Formats: sequence, C-alpha cells, structure tokens
Amino acid sequence: MNAQADTATQAGEGEYNFAYLDEQTKRMIRRAILKAIAVPGYQVPFASREMPMPYGWGTGGVQVTASILGRDDVLKVIDQGSDDTTNAVSIRAFFEKTAQVATTTRTDEATIIQTRHRIPEKALKEDQIIVYQVPIPEPLRFLEPRETETRKMHALAEYGLMHVKLYEDIARHGHIATTYAYPVKVDGRYVMDPSPTPKFDNPKMHEMDALQLFGAGREKRIYAIPPHTAVESLDFEDYPFEIQKFDRPCAICGAENVYLDEVVLDDRGGRMFVCSDTDHCEERRAAGHTGEAGGIPLKGEETAR
Amino acid sequence: MSALLEAAAPLPGLPDPVHDSQATFRTVMNALARPGQPQKLDTGDFKAPAPLSNTAAAIALSLVDYDTPVWLDSALAGSSEVRQFLRFHTGCPITADRGEASFALISDAERMPPLASFNQGTLEYPDRSTTIIAMVDRLTGPKAVTLSGPGLKTPAGFGANPLPLSFWAELATIHAQFPRGVDMLFVTKKQVAGLPRSTRIETKDR
Repeated sequence: MNAQADTATQAGEGEYNFAYLDEQTKRMIRRAILKAIAVPGYQVPFASREMPMPYGWGTGGVQVTASILGRDDVLKVIDQGSDDTTNAVSIRAFFEKTAQVATTTRTDEATIIQTRHRIPEKALKEDQIIVYQVPIPEPLRFLEPRETETRKMHALAEYGLMHVKLYEDIARHGHIATTYAYPVKVDGRYVMDPSPTPKFDNPKMHEMDALQLFGAGREKRIYAIPPHTAVESLDFEDYPFEIQKFDRPCAICGAENVYLDEVVLDDRGGRMFVCSDTDHCEERRAAGHTGEAGGIPLKGEETAR
Repeated sequence: MSALLEAAAPLPGLPDPVHDSQATFRTVMNALARPGQPQKLDTGDFKAPAPLSNTAAAIALSLVDYDTPVWLDSALAGSSEVRQFLRFHTGCPITADRGEASFALISDAERMPPLASFNQGTLEYPDRSTTIIAMVDRLTGPKAVTLSGPGLKTPAGFGANPLPLSFWAELATIHAQFPRGVDMLFVTKKQVAGLPRSTRIETKDR
C-alpha cells in the first residue's frame, strides 16, 4: 500500500501505471511470452498497443520490456551497440520515468538489456534477459507477402524458399550476400528472423546462457529463444555460414574480433573503425587498452592506416 | 445480515496486484525457460480458498483474465468458493470443455484427465493451446524422467508426485506432435517447475 503511494508521488505529474502499460495488456503480453518460450522461434501474435513513440522506434521491444520489468531490475538499452544514441536514451528515460527502475550502461550490471540490432560483445549470463526490437519478424515476408501462406510454410516447416533465396545470392554474387537479419533455424524447427542484427552476432545466439525475447510492435508478434537453445544460421555444405571479418582492430581500444562501425572523419576519405559496442570499448579503455588512434578519437586527422 | 454478506465475500486477491503479478510471472517465465528446474515462488500472506493452493492461485491471478477460459478439475469446480474467487478476481470464463481452455487448474494431479483432451493448438497457431497448472506434493519422484532440449544446458532428471502412472508416456506422445502440444506448470506449496512442449522427455527403462 505505502509502496504504491510512494510510487505515485515519485512519478509526479505522470502517475502512470508501473512501466506504462495497463495490467490487462501486460497479462496478455505475458501469456504471449510464455507461449513464445514454449515454442522457440514461433511468432506468437499479440494485441500490440499504441505506445507514446512511433512504430519503428522499438514499440515491440518496449512492450515486452514493460511486461517483464520489475522494481528490482536494472535496465540497459542499446541502439546499434551504443548506449548514447537517441533511441537508447529515450527508451531508457521512458522506463526511468514510468517505472523508476535503475538503469545502467554496463552490460554485466544489467538484468534486462533491450537492444536495437546488436548483441553485446560480452557474453550474457544466466540471469540476464535480452529483448530485441524487431521491425519485420517474418523471415519469409520478402519471399512470400501473404501471411496465410507464410503461416502455412511455418506450420509445415516448408523452408525450401529460404534456401532458394540464399542460393540465388550465391548465383548472383558468388557468396551469400545477406549480411544482416540472416535467417536462423531454432532448435531444428522454426526458421526465424534474428532482427536486423549483423550476421556477426548470429553465433552469439546459439546456446546463449540468457533468455532472448523478440518484440515486433507494428507487426504484432512476439517470439523467443530459451537459454541453451540450438540456433543455426542457414547455409550450404559447400557455402558454409561465415561472419564478417575486419582486417583491423578498433581504432580506439584496439579490440579484435568485435563488430566495428565505420566513422567518416572528413570529406577527404578519412575514416576510422571503432567498436560498435560502446560499453565494451569504454571498459577496454578503462583497462588501459588503446588502439591506433591513441585512445582518443582524433578530430580532423587522417587516421586508421 | 452483514455477517452473511461477509461470509459470502471471496478472499482477497494478491496484496499488491501490480508487483505481485509481475514477480509471479517472472518466476513462471523462468520456470518455462529452464524446464524442470524448480523456481521459488513466494506468495507471502496471500491465501486462496482450498483446495486451490496459494501458489496455483497466485499464478492464476497473474495470468488469467476475461480473455482466457479456465478449466477446473472436479475438486476445484465443486467448490463454489474457488469458482467465486477466480471469477471475482480475474473475470475469467469457467469452461467445462477442456478443448477450449486456455488454462487448466488441477488440484488432484493423480486423477489428471487425458492430456490429449486439452487444447493442443493447431499447426498454424500452436500458441492457442492449454497451459496446465497442476498442483503436486513434491517435485521429485520415483517415476523420474530425463529432460533435454531448449533451456537445458545438459540433460537433467525431473520428477513430480503424485501423477498418473501413464503420465510421462502420455506427455511424450503429446510432445512428439510438436509444435502442437500442452505446456505444464507443476506447483508445490513453495515452488513451480515448468515443462514446455519443446522439452524432450526420456523415460527411464524399468
């Protein structure tokens, strides 16, 4: 009772229900999450609500996070690996305001990590949950626009079309040219879209210690991968799945085998490659690692050589 | 007069509905994400009318509402207190048809009806199946099985008591029709263990 009164006072002018959504909506989403976990990789339809942000800004992920979030959770939000871009900052602020939860930028301190299109470099732990924001949950949608047909294809595990698509990549480009939203098969049954993460992150999904939840707000779908579940990227025997490789380390922290962002520095071709995962980069710099930029992003200089 | 009214009033629901149902849901979610691993479910002072256990009632009040028909076994359906309690706090329709139940509450797990009589979902919509909440005494048992699959790093033993003799064979048959199937929650007085349909069940040779 008192706790509720306190919450209302703290929320000030807002006085939202805890984590914004009403209780009936949360129950409906929670039931969808439970079914999603029970049928790994299957997209559970749910009655997605309008959120105080436009579709495409993570309304699916936000609804999933709002439904699982508790008072003791510590929330981290990343957008393309970064904690400090608009989408990440505003979603973090949204939950600070509506749920008064603690937030962090440190991967290992978070209990729930909501992400747009990256998986942190640091391996996630058993007690963590990662929530993906998903724009198009249906991996077959661009191959077959009719929902009735894609639903039947999932029902019958008829995924030949996806392999034809990958084969056409090879026929046209000489290799599988899909670099993000690379289709995976979950526990040997459902083909699933891992959301537009770079395929670099696909191997991290395989047998991950943490629970993975996916929310697509506009498309009204929730799906999940339980911990320790086989997630296999589709490929061919003679064209095995490969992740992106970078021929240089991070210019700021010197990290190798991480996903790098290209940063254009000037209009004369100057550029550098830095960690996409900002927390990972900061942590490495704090531990004394430096890259060729000397640990400081250099301004207006020809770098990255 | 007022005494009569009080006697007829259902027991109170979850003391802090928002946070109690969140905590209960998270426990159930962890239970289904980690099949067969009992999760502690603390219901505090919350009391449900017998034969409904506090833990099963907390799960029902957290997940059930007017959208979800609930099937009750004969011991629960026979108690007007239980029916009134569920109807008052959740508004759920109570159904006698297992095929249309979103949730099933079973107080007498030993006399559990055939699992195949519950809603198995369809190949197109496997999520429309029944979630069975079965009250058991213990999460161990002589008729233990070995579980593997999603949520399990290595195969792990599991058992619950009491259960019908044919239960594990029946469940294994149901799981063979994946993605159709039923999802089980076994609840004791203090714990809950999940058994989603994705789990592969190996019965020990006897």
